[in-house]
Amino acid sequence: MLLNQFLGLAAILFCIGVYGVLTRRNGVMVLMSIELILNAVNINLVAFGAYQGDVGGQVFALFVIAVAAAEVGVGLAIVLLIYRNRRSIDVSEADLLQG
Amino acid sequence: MGNVAEVIVFLISGAIVLGGGLGVILNRNPVHAALSLIASFFGVAVLFISQEAHFLAFVQVVVYGGAIVVLFLFVIMLLGVDRAEQVRVEQLSMQRPLAIVTGVMLFGLAMGGLFLSGPGGEEGAVAATGQQSAMVPIDETEPNVRQLGLDLFTRNVLAFEATAILLTIATVGAVVLVRNEGAEDLVVDEPGTSIG
Repeated sequence: MLLNQFLGLAAILFCIGVYGVLTRRNGVMVLMSIELILNAVNINLVAFGAYQGDVGGQVFALFVIAVAAAEVGVGLAIVLLIYRNRRSIDVSEADLLQG
Repeated sequence: MGNVAEVIVFLISGAIVLGGGLGVILNRNPVHAALSLIASFFGVAVLFISQEAHFLAFVQVVVYGGAIVVLFLFVIMLLGVDRAEQVRVEQLSMQRPLAIVTGVMLFGLAMGGLFLSGPGGEEGAVAATGQQSAMVPIDETEPNVRQLGLDLFTRNVLAFEATAILLTIATVGAVVLVRNEGAEDLVVDEPGTSIG
């Protein structure tokens, strides 16, 4: 197995996540796509960590998982709040900052 | 032959990861998308195990496959599946093609970086990306969890504490955000009245 193969898989997953973030209008689905992106990053971190023979990559991936958990908690709270205010979770309707 | 087994595991789990990812972005029903997300997370966990990151695979299943997806499903159910699904009105007509172009170009960029720096790029130079990936335990004498813990509490103890504070702030923030008290006082903007 080459390191390339893991990096390529992670790149595909990352691009799938980017596509989801850009096209989905449902706030919950946008957050799910962000999770895909973070998972792609984790694959890269673990692959590079294993390649370097160091657990540093795994520790960093652990931090990414913790930050992702915090991000999902706050993100879903924001989605709930948008829904409570606007009766819709369409992120393209939350456009008050649009000039 | 161990190498063949590695490739087979990689192919199967990679297919599950990508299939789950595609399911997340293609499924109309948010519940189905969340279930695809679980499949993707489990595939990633298998990849972690194949890279000897046993503890991380465990955390992946418990935290991602358990806590986070349950949180997603909880919010989807709270908002109502039908209501979450009704977001179907066509958006900016250019958004989808532009997103496809962006995704493909990002992918091309990553692939270009991979293969131009790999073997066959510059003469004789083999960058890290073209090397064999390590498939052996980092240190076979110690369990993976012990290594992680030692590294976490020696080299990364400041980051560990910062993460603890971050999680606390996130928890408090989420609670404060969705607190119901005073909900009547919140200004409800009419959808048509945007500033400017």
